[in-house]
Amino acid sequence: MSVIVRTVSRVVAPVALAFGAYVIMHGHLTPGGGFQGGAVVASVVALLVVAFGCERWRKWTHVLLPLEDVGAMAFVILAFLGVGATFFRNVLAGSGGLFGAPVPQLGPNPGALNTAGTLPLMNWAVGFKVIAGLGAVVLLLALFGREDG
Amino acid sequence: MTALHVLTLILVVVGAALAFWFRDLLAAVIALAGSSLLLSLEFYLLQAPDVAIAEAGIGAALTVAIYILAIRKTHYKEEE
Repeated sequence: MSVIVRTVSRVVAPVALAFGAYVIMHGHLTPGGGFQGGAVVASVVALLVVAFGCERWRKWTHVLLPLEDVGAMAFVILAFLGVGATFFRNVLAGSGGLFGAPVPQLGPNPGALNTAGTLPLMNWAVGFKVIAGLGAVVLLLALFGREDG
Repeated sequence: MTALHVLTLILVVVGAALAFWFRDLLAAVIALAGSSLLLSLEFYLLQAPDVAIAEAGIGAALTVAIYILAIRKTHYKEEE
């Protein structure tokens, strides 16, 4: 693409990456979640593929394809962590530590990030799966038809 | 507020009709992207920001990129 498109995408891509990470990370507090943030980050992948050509991203297919499996496996393993009580039981909530901080008080509050137990981890698992899946679709479609596609 | 809803929905239908009538496939894809972006604005006005983010990411960005990559590998004009 032209130098204008490449310069603008150099500016836009980090901002959009940060916004996608924000949507995934705050998925249990604000609108959004793993799927929505993953779609935003995958649109960054599409932007980079369209702006800079697909050849220089060819080696990233070896990262994206295992990342999808890692996301799916992490989601199922996190669901199986609570299988002593029920499937999907939130074992980390209220247990202290990084993800189990106590909920501050009832009533209106701005929302505390570290109170949701396994939900942010599940959001990240779904986010990685959606990033890898949609990004690999766009990248492999761009590479399709070239030599050893 | 009702006028904004009506205007947004009319523009969504106009964008879809333009995507149907254009012979140039690239212009049709751009019209579809505009229609999808206005649909995400309508979701936001209906107080569903969750669906609006998904519609803006999938409908306005990813499907357009996939359509453009597919058009680049096939034909730019619709054939009779």
